[in-house]
Amino acid sequence: MDPTLFSTLVMLAVVLLFLMPSAAVTVYAERRVSAFIQNRYGPNRVGPMGLFQPFADVIKLFLKEDIIPTGANRFLYTLAPMIPVTTAVITVGVIPFSEHVYIADLNIGVLYLLAVASLSVYGVTLAGWASNSKYSLLGGLRAAAQMISYELPMGVALASVILFAGSLSVLDIVNSQDIWWNIFRNPIGFVIFTVAVFAEANRTPFDLVEAEQELVGGFHTEYSSMKFGTFFLAEYMHVVIGSMLITTFFFGGYHLPFAGYWLPEMSVLAKSILDIFVFIAKTVFWVFVFIWVRWTIPRFKYNQLMRLGWTRMLPIAILNFAVLAVILYYL
Amino acid sequence: MLEQYLPVLILVELAIILAIAFILLSRLLGPNRPASNKLGAYESGMDPIGQARDRYSVSFYIIAMEFIVFDLEVIFIYPWAVRYQEFGEGTLWAMMLFIFILFLGLIYTLKKGSFDWDTEHTATRKPRL
Repeated sequence: MDPTLFSTLVMLAVVLLFLMPSAAVTVYAERRVSAFIQNRYGPNRVGPMGLFQPFADVIKLFLKEDIIPTGANRFLYTLAPMIPVTTAVITVGVIPFSEHVYIADLNIGVLYLLAVASLSVYGVTLAGWASNSKYSLLGGLRAAAQMISYELPMGVALASVILFAGSLSVLDIVNSQDIWWNIFRNPIGFVIFTVAVFAEANRTPFDLVEAEQELVGGFHTEYSSMKFGTFFLAEYMHVVIGSMLITTFFFGGYHLPFAGYWLPEMSVLAKSILDIFVFIAKTVFWVFVFIWVRWTIPRFKYNQLMRLGWTRMLPIAILNFAVLAVILYYL
Repeated sequence: MLEQYLPVLILVELAIILAIAFILLSRLLGPNRPASNKLGAYESGMDPIGQARDRYSVSFYIIAMEFIVFDLEVIFIYPWAVRYQEFGEGTLWAMMLFIFILFLGLIYTLKKGSFDWDTEHTATRKPRL
């Protein structure tokens, strides 16, 4: 077998094996961290420190009755939960875990990421429409408007990252940060990108899509069993992947701070192991920030959400891009 | 050139298989005891009134249209951002002009109230008799 293809297949298996449990661990982490923030214990009965709780939950969800409401569009209702989990998994395809460890280094990596991010809107919107329930429809509409609104600032913030790297390949973007991370060179873009990632993942303070006081469960009100579980899993995968994206584009990816200056030459294996540890450490940090924000900041109102996206973040993102382009050109 | 997409293609296939497996397994493992109350739409325990697929706020359409305009702008920016150092000064200022014109468009739509989801001004408006 071709050695590059073989290493790719090994990478695929490793990444999938890493991503699936990472969503489960994130669910556990969220419940534990939220418990500590609210001064209670959280799940601590299943396994040591409650570590097996997410697996127990998944098994429970598999054994529940799978309901398709009479009014629902059966085909779209079944199709919708598959979309978010699929898009979440295929996003990892272009994220480099180390200089040598990645699934694919596409020369249009950033466009691929944006395209896949747009696709995930379909899952939520179709779920809302197909259920034929008022809460679901409102949740789905809100989700569609929110996700496309925040995709714009996210795209412009990414364009300002490309100015520094001069390439659409994600690997090149990470390598352009070996001395100065983009968070130092492009702090406004970093803030905008982070907020947009929170909004894309439908996390608090942007979780109006499933605001339980107004919309019951939002777009997944009518879903039960593992169909609901798939949405749930996809949400946490998006948290993990959002953390990976912030790490990759603004937090120096697998680079230690200012690594270009002081890090000595290392063998491929040693460098890969170091890189992967650094990358995972940064990702875990950002997952923690996601959880921390959720249990600290209250939810927006929908008009505030739209106003923030269109009248604040989009103009600031465009101005930031234009100013950076002029500065970098004459520097 | 296209070989670099092969791993992505394999990943997409795996992801789709995974998603279908989730849905199928829950269908096979779970019980199936349909009942008319269980299968109705949820409306806080009341019988649902009318269909859900009714008319909804026009603001959602406006947002979608604005999105297409500005998303195209972003797509035009990308190829330039990759090679802007080599394109020279003229292209830089042409790009700035392009961004400026679209920025004017954004300000116009903002002033026009496309994203004005606030209900305050309608609430404070004098009631018409």
